[in-house]
Amino acid sequence: MEVTKVTNATRVFKIGEVETNALRGVDLSVENGEFTALVGPSGSGKTTLLQLIGLLDQPTTGNVAINGQDATGLNRNQRADLRKNAIGFVFQFFALIPTLTAYENVEMPLLLNSTKPADRKARVNQMLEAVGLQERAHHRPDQLSGGQQQRVAVARALATNPKLILADEPTANLDTENGKQVMDIMQRLNKETGVTFVFATHDPRVIGYANRVVTLQDGLITKDSKSNGKS
Amino acid sequence: MFQTFKLAYRNLGRNKSRTLLSALAVGVGMALLLLMVSVLEGEMSGALTNTIRLQSGHLQIRPASYDESKISMKWEDLIEDPDQVAEKIKALPQVTAATPRLSASAILTLSDESKGVQILGIEPDSPANQPFRDGLLSGEFIKADDRDGVMIGNILAEKLNLKVGEKVNLLVTTSNGDVNEQLFTIRGIFTTRTPGYDETTIFMPLAKAQAITTTENHASLIFVILNNMDDTEAVAQALKSNTYRILTWREQNQFIVQFEDYANAFFVILYLIVLGITATVVTNTLVMAVFERTREIGILAAIGMKGRDIMAQFLTEAALIATGGVIGGLLIGGALVAYFTINGIYIGDYGITGVLFEDRIYAHLTLQNTLNLAAVTYIITLIASLYPARLAARLEPVEALHGLGE
Repeated sequence: MEVTKVTNATRVFKIGEVETNALRGVDLSVENGEFTALVGPSGSGKTTLLQLIGLLDQPTTGNVAINGQDATGLNRNQRADLRKNAIGFVFQFFALIPTLTAYENVEMPLLLNSTKPADRKARVNQMLEAVGLQERAHHRPDQLSGGQQQRVAVARALATNPKLILADEPTANLDTENGKQVMDIMQRLNKETGVTFVFATHDPRVIGYANRVVTLQDGLITKDSKSNGKS
Repeated sequence: MFQTFKLAYRNLGRNKSRTLLSALAVGVGMALLLLMVSVLEGEMSGALTNTIRLQSGHLQIRPASYDESKISMKWEDLIEDPDQVAEKIKALPQVTAATPRLSASAILTLSDESKGVQILGIEPDSPANQPFRDGLLSGEFIKADDRDGVMIGNILAEKLNLKVGEKVNLLVTTSNGDVNEQLFTIRGIFTTRTPGYDETTIFMPLAKAQAITTTENHASLIFVILNNMDDTEAVAQALKSNTYRILTWREQNQFIVQFEDYANAFFVILYLIVLGITATVVTNTLVMAVFERTREIGILAAIGMKGRDIMAQFLTEAALIATGGVIGGLLIGGALVAYFTINGIYIGDYGITGVLFEDRIYAHLTLQNTLNLAAVTYIITLIASLYPARLAARLEPVEALHGLGE
C-alpha cells in the first residue's frame, strides 16, 4: 500500500523576475513501513520534496497523493485536516512550542484531533515512554537538551498514530550520541509500529539507517536504491 | 478552549513588560474616557439640577400670555391670586413645593455706580427656597413681613463691596410703566455657587416686591418642585388649563438638553480617537508577536492547526489584553472619577445664557456609562487584533517554517 505517491511534480519558485526550478518532474512512491532517506547536496530539492509530501506546499505541476487520496485541489483547511490525521513532522530545529511542556507539546496534535482526555493522557504517556522521556514530561523545551527536544518532537509526530512521518534533517543539530539516539528511536518505532519514515538528510551516519535511499540532484531523482538498513 | 486560553496566557507571559504596556495603554485610554464621560455627565446633570432648583423648577405656571423673551409687569401678563393657585397645586401628592414668585428688572444704584439686577420676590418660608437658605453666607434670611430688607448674591456684594447692614437704592419698573425707587437694607448675602446668578439676583419678600412694582396680589409665576422629576409630565397634564401655560423643566431647558446631545456626539468622536490610539498599540503588539512567532505558527499549521484556530489563538490573546486593560481602566478611571466626584474641577464663572453652571464641575459616573465604555473598549481592542490574527492565520505553513530546512 502506497503511503504517498508523487507524480511528475515540479516546483518553481519565483523571486522577482528570477525563476528557480527546485523540482523538475519527480516521481516517487513510498510504501507502507519504509524507512526512506532523501539524500543529496544542498539545493538538490530534498526539503522541497518533503514539503510537497507533507502538504505544507503545493507542486507547481504534478500531483501528490497521501494514502491514496489525491491532494491536488484541496484547500488550506482540507490539507490541514489531512496533515493532522495522516502525517507527522520532525524538523531540523527542535520545533517545539516553547511555552508548552514536553507533555503538552506531545498532547497538541491530539487536542487538534479532538481525542478524548483519557485516551489523550494514555497516548501522551505512551509516546513519552517510547522516546524515554516520561520523567521529563513536565519540563519546558528550554529545560531539555537538544537531543531530548528532538525526541519530544518524534513523540509528538507519532502521537496521532499517523502512517507517515516526515523528518527534515532530524540530526543536523545534534551531536553524534544524541543523533544516534534519535535515529535508533525512529528506527525502532518504524519496526515496532510499521509507521513509514521519510527523512531528508546528508548525514552519512543517518543514511546508514535507511532501507531505501533516494538521491536527488538539481531537482531530479538520480538514484533510488534499497537496502536492509542498519540493524 | 481551555488549551487556547492556557496557550494565550503563556504567550502573553513571554514578554511581560510588553503585555503590561499594551494592557496599560488600553487601561489608560479607558480611564481617560471614563473621566471625560463622567465630567460631561456631571457638568450636564449639575447644570440641569442647578437650573431646576434655582430657576426653572420642575414646573412653572405662567399666565397664558407669557413671553419668555421679555419681563412684563402688566397685570394681564401676571398670575392673579397666586397664593390660591399655589395652594391648589400643593394639594397634588407629587408636589413638594409650589410658591409664587415675582421677577422684575431693576437698577441698583450706589453713590458712584449702578448695576442692572433682577429682583425676585419670594415667599421666604417656602421649602422651594431651601437652596438659598443653605447658601446664606452672612446676615439672616429675609422675613415675609420685611418691608425694606433684601438679600444679595455674594458676587454682587464683592463687586460692589457691599456688606450686611449696608443700604442700596433700587429703581424698579412698575406695572404701569413708571419707575419706583426705594432704599433697602441688605439683610443677608447668599451664594448659589453659580456666579451668573449670584451677580445679578436680589431677593425680597414677595409682598414687598408686589408693592414696589404695584402688582398687588399678582406673581410672575408659580414655581413648582416635585418629589420625583419623572412625574413632571403627569403633573403638567393634570394642571393643564386655558388660563395658564404649564412649562416643564424640559421645555425650559431645551438648551441644556440640546447641548448634551451635541456634547455626546462630540464625545463619540473623542472616544474613537482615544480608543483608536490604544487600538494601534494593541495591533502593534500583536503584529510583533506574529513576526516573532512565525515559526511556531508554521509548526502549529504543520501539525494540523487550521487558520481559524490560529486566528482564535491571537484573538484570545487580545481578549486577555483587553480584559486586563478594562480592569486596569476601571481601577485607574474609578480612582480619578472618585477624586473629581468628591473635589470637583474648578471652572469659575462659566456663563452661558439660560444655563446655570456651578463654579465647579463634579464628575458623575453612571453604571450605564461604565458598562458601555467597558464594552466599547473591549470590542475595539478585539477589532484591533483582527488584522494581526488574520495575518497569522493566512501564513502559508511552508513560508512560516522558512529557515527550518535548506
